[in-house]
Amino acid sequence: MVTAVTSFGRSGLYDWLIQRISAVVMTAYVCFLLGFILTRPELQYADWRALFSQLWMRVFSLITLVSIAAHAWIGLWAVLTDYLTTRALGAKATVLRLLAQMLLGVVAVTYVVWGIEILWGL
Amino acid sequence: MLDRWSGTGVRAGTAVVNLSDCQNQSYITASGRTTRCNSTVNSKRPVNLDLSTIHFPITAIVSILHRISGVALFAGIAVLLWMLDASLASPESFLALRELLALPLSQAVLWLTLAALAYHAVAGVRHLIMDIGIGESLEGGQVGAKLVLFFALVAIVLAGVWIW
Repeated sequence: MVTAVTSFGRSGLYDWLIQRISAVVMTAYVCFLLGFILTRPELQYADWRALFSQLWMRVFSLITLVSIAAHAWIGLWAVLTDYLTTRALGAKATVLRLLAQMLLGVVAVTYVVWGIEILWGL
Repeated sequence: MLDRWSGTGVRAGTAVVNLSDCQNQSYITASGRTTRCNSTVNSKRPVNLDLSTIHFPITAIVSILHRISGVALFAGIAVLLWMLDASLASPESFLALRELLALPLSQAVLWLTLAALAYHAVAGVRHLIMDIGIGESLEGGQVGAKLVLFFALVAIVLAGVWIW
């Protein structure tokens, strides 16, 4: 059975570190956005757009999007390798799991590209 | 304390395969979970993976909720990206989004997404705190699990108050 070859960082230790770094990035982004929105009760379009027009905010957003994709891959890998197992599903489990991971990987990449379109299409 | 549901700890733990049980087998994976020797010696051992018969301690409940909220969030990202798109595309779409978020159904979708985000973030911070060595004992893990439930509940209620 193949499991480690489909992990994100090719080793548990890399996955562990990437999971934590991406988590810190996403937490910082959420806290920043929350602070921005909560300190502006009557948020207008111009202010909102001005924020996302700045290069640093676009870079911050892009790093967060990449973090989401990596974090989701590692997390979903852990979930899929625990539940789509040959013990639970028999011999077809590995094929099923690879298909599921490919599908979810496409979704993750789509999120990143979609985000780039939103941010740089302004 | 290693989280029994998170990937690395479990895999490190199950890597221990009793080689004397599998002396004539060459097929042993690194994870040790699906090995040919399972079908010989190990098959005599009782395996209980019926979740409905297993008592879940509070640490396990907090852990499985971390998983469920994470999977839900992966879908929730689509909602959040769609909202970001609508909020930035034009002044008209910004106002249309504001009107949409006045409807109870869209408020419920946003609240569920923020609830998953809040829970997942709080439970994630617990992992980071445990990584630096705090709350790793059995008692510490149980206290941490209770704190996660408490702070997540507060955050989810506040998110609901903010939306409505």
